[in-house]
Amino acid sequence: MSIFAPRRHTPGFHAGDDLQAGAALRLDGVRMQAIETGRSRLVITALVFLLAFGAVGARMVDVAVIDRNPPKPHAQPQARTDELKMERADISDRTGVLLASSLPTVSLFARPEDLKAAKVDIESAAIRLVAVLPELDLEETIERLSSGRQFVYLKRNLTPRQHYDVNNLGIPGLLFQKGERRIYPHGPLASHAVGVTDVDNKGVAGIEKRFENAMRESREPLALSMDIRVQTIVRNELARSVEEFSAVGGTGMVMDVRTGELLAMVSLPDFDPNDPPPPTDPSMFNRATKGAYEMGSTFKLFNTAMALDLGKANINSSFDASKPLVFGGHTIHDDHALNRWMTVSEILIHSSNIGSARMALDAGTEAQRAFMSRIGMLQAPPLELPEVAGPLIPSPWREINTITIAFGHGLSVTPLQLLAGTAALVNGGEYHAPTLLARAPGDAIPAIRVLKPKTSENMRQLMRMVVTDGTGKKADVPGYEVGGKTGTAEKAGAGGYRKKAVLSSFIAAFPMDAPRYAVLMMIDEPQATKQTFGFITAGWTAAPAAGRVIAQIAPLLGLMPKTLPIPPSGASKGIARTGGGREVAAVE
Amino acid sequence: MSVTFGRTDTSVLGRWWWTVDRWTIAALFLLVAVGAILTMAASPAVAERIGAQSFHFVRRQFVFLAPAVIIMLGVSLLTPKQVRRMAVIGLLASIVLLILVPVLAVEIKGSKRWLNLAGMSIQPSEFVKPMFAVVAAWMFASARLDPAFPGRVIATALFGVVAALLLIQPDVGQTAILTAIWGTQFFLAGLPLILVVGLGLAAPIGIVGAYYVFPHVQSRFDKFLDPSGSGAYQVTTALSAFKNGGVFGRGPGEGRVKLVLPDAHTDFILAVGGEEFGVVLCLFVVMLFAFIVLRGFSRIHKEDNLFVVLATAGLLVQFGLQAIVNMASTLRMMPAKGMTLPFISYGGSSMVALALGMGMVLALTRTRYGREGMEA
Repeated sequence: MSIFAPRRHTPGFHAGDDLQAGAALRLDGVRMQAIETGRSRLVITALVFLLAFGAVGARMVDVAVIDRNPPKPHAQPQARTDELKMERADISDRTGVLLASSLPTVSLFARPEDLKAAKVDIESAAIRLVAVLPELDLEETIERLSSGRQFVYLKRNLTPRQHYDVNNLGIPGLLFQKGERRIYPHGPLASHAVGVTDVDNKGVAGIEKRFENAMRESREPLALSMDIRVQTIVRNELARSVEEFSAVGGTGMVMDVRTGELLAMVSLPDFDPNDPPPPTDPSMFNRATKGAYEMGSTFKLFNTAMALDLGKANINSSFDASKPLVFGGHTIHDDHALNRWMTVSEILIHSSNIGSARMALDAGTEAQRAFMSRIGMLQAPPLELPEVAGPLIPSPWREINTITIAFGHGLSVTPLQLLAGTAALVNGGEYHAPTLLARAPGDAIPAIRVLKPKTSENMRQLMRMVVTDGTGKKADVPGYEVGGKTGTAEKAGAGGYRKKAVLSSFIAAFPMDAPRYAVLMMIDEPQATKQTFGFITAGWTAAPAAGRVIAQIAPLLGLMPKTLPIPPSGASKGIARTGGGREVAAVE
Repeated sequence: MSVTFGRTDTSVLGRWWWTVDRWTIAALFLLVAVGAILTMAASPAVAERIGAQSFHFVRRQFVFLAPAVIIMLGVSLLTPKQVRRMAVIGLLASIVLLILVPVLAVEIKGSKRWLNLAGMSIQPSEFVKPMFAVVAAWMFASARLDPAFPGRVIATALFGVVAALLLIQPDVGQTAILTAIWGTQFFLAGLPLILVVGLGLAAPIGIVGAYYVFPHVQSRFDKFLDPSGSGAYQVTTALSAFKNGGVFGRGPGEGRVKLVLPDAHTDFILAVGGEEFGVVLCLFVVMLFAFIVLRGFSRIHKEDNLFVVLATAGLLVQFGLQAIVNMASTLRMMPAKGMTLPFISYGGSSMVALALGMGMVLALTRTRYGREGMEA
């Protein structure tokens, strides 16, 4: 580098000058040195280029031919749609039928300031808008659009067509807000159980309210214990009875006596959760869980079970029902007085108030109170609904209360309590807290023993006898061994009980040899009709409704009917037997 | 060439024919031909998308073809000394235009690069590169042969001025090319190895600096490092084009990326070629570029004149590097850099400036005997 020979010419700009020096082909030292350095470095530069071109070529082959999985994020985002994410989980019945779901919708709102800024003619904009959305009031729309507010709602939950039409109007300052809307595909069918959400998609009643947080956190549908087919049958039959007897309402429930699961829960009148009435509307009231009623004669089941379970009596023990029972100024009568001593089974079958009262007095006030508590009559059941009421318990609980409670007066309980308690009477003596959620197979079923199995067996026999020989004949369904008890309670009004305002109920279970389901049908204030020969008692009103329900749901729930005895006739005398044919165990 | 010249023909054209590197000319013509075909393939889709007539870009490109070829061949007739003179004048003119650019130019895609002169929009940054390469070569060569002459200082100062003007636009890519020309020439002119290492280390610093100073450089780097982002759309689409094309391509007119790539006719034209004509055509293009560059290097390897060596090397570095940067960007081997593919991408200024540059290469690599062409 430092070999710079002195040049003979003056320093200049001419690179070619050196060429003039010396002989044509002789290179002097400096030039030689410079050109040699340049040459060797030129080779390095050329190699770098060769490598670079080689790398580019290799990469081309790599991308085009060898690489079978090139990065393809450009194709995917266009093809992929976002998973639909909803605020609330769905609600389904036990078989997966959708009871409540969410759909994405848009709501229309306006920014009046923007309309003003865009110099929109408010009147013509409103006219065009109302043409597309006829539900809007023109005057009100003009007023809203010209208000000085920053934000006014015009209409919630537009249909996609309406959304498109409004968009097409191209009015500035009209904006859409994405939201979602709760849809109840079955309308009022399960309204009291499922409940309802408000305009902000927040649960305000029923399961919707009770599981508000859980449904916002989970994506899995919430499966209810309800079977929508059973629910439909119960609602149809209840509605038919309410209509037939011009009743003010009614309630109907079906419970699995082995698990406490409610397969149906109807309270009439009900409402359409897709268009709910105000919360104070009578149709929003859930009679099944929130109405506490004096149940009347159906309570005699508990009274009888108590006496049997305490060992104070067996089903053939007799009690004096020969004359009305006078106690502390009150006289207890029987509706169909036999005026004789009656056995325990007769007392139940003939629904004797006097006999029941004597059985209760025999057991004593404390024992009655303890038994009623055990069977769930003194506390609200832990059902998964916000609308669950507790009983109205007499305080103090005197002997006169013991007497009236024996035949179902003086202690008001909800229909749900009656159903759950009855289920424990027939299922072998275990109380299962009622539930509206489907139990997963294999789940432990909480159970509290409340009766001896023997007592339960006796109760099954007695309930069956009520249907075969007593007041519940119209509830019988051939082949399904229905057992039950009627109850016709006069409703307490101002200044005493009202004769013509009764609560007719029938509490049933079937099949009585191995009960699977308990059914309660209750009709509030039925009016007599020609067909009932003027009767409004449960045997003429609620019992037939229960029979119709059982006749439809028993096959649906997979219960096999019993073989019925062939009616005795000349040809088949040898075959006919009294007391029923071969018993076939219930199958699922 | 229908005209043939006898060996003994001593006319200007006759001597030119026998001394010019006809292989390089052939390669350049092939490049121009491929460029014409690809412009016809890629640009109608782009033209239709922006609402122009289908052959808007094709027509404009072809208008420049003939002048470009004439300029290239015309310049190749010059002697080294004439080349030098032209470069000095050209460099001064380019610098003046570059100074005018920030004042007069219209902003296109975030940069001010184009000047409107007599109804033509030209991009002075395209012209300044070859001119600088030749002038800087002269300075380096003079300094090498006469230590008293401050050629390196002058070349470096010129580099600084031009680089500054380019960064004002801002045009980081052209600055990088300019830096490569200057660096390579300095290297060939005998830069002490310690300084070579120093400059080698400075390059990353320059890149990091550009990353933080220029927002668009930053975003390009970020997109390169995270190709899943929506911004890397063009490169990702280009890659899928190569993939679609495979070895032999989908066939002329069957490409699809040209329908979606905004720069299908300029920076990403090779992707269109890859999709329609396959990797075979792409490799052919790479080979043409490599051939022209390496053939030039091999010709000057025998050259005794340092100025000729440095000037040719600078011009070839510009030409080759531009091609490599374009192809490497398209293939996602480096962050996307807006750079045209020489003679293939659409762009009049680029085409004419490259024709000038390659014309000078042809002129400088003509076979000379002794001092021929260096005097006068």
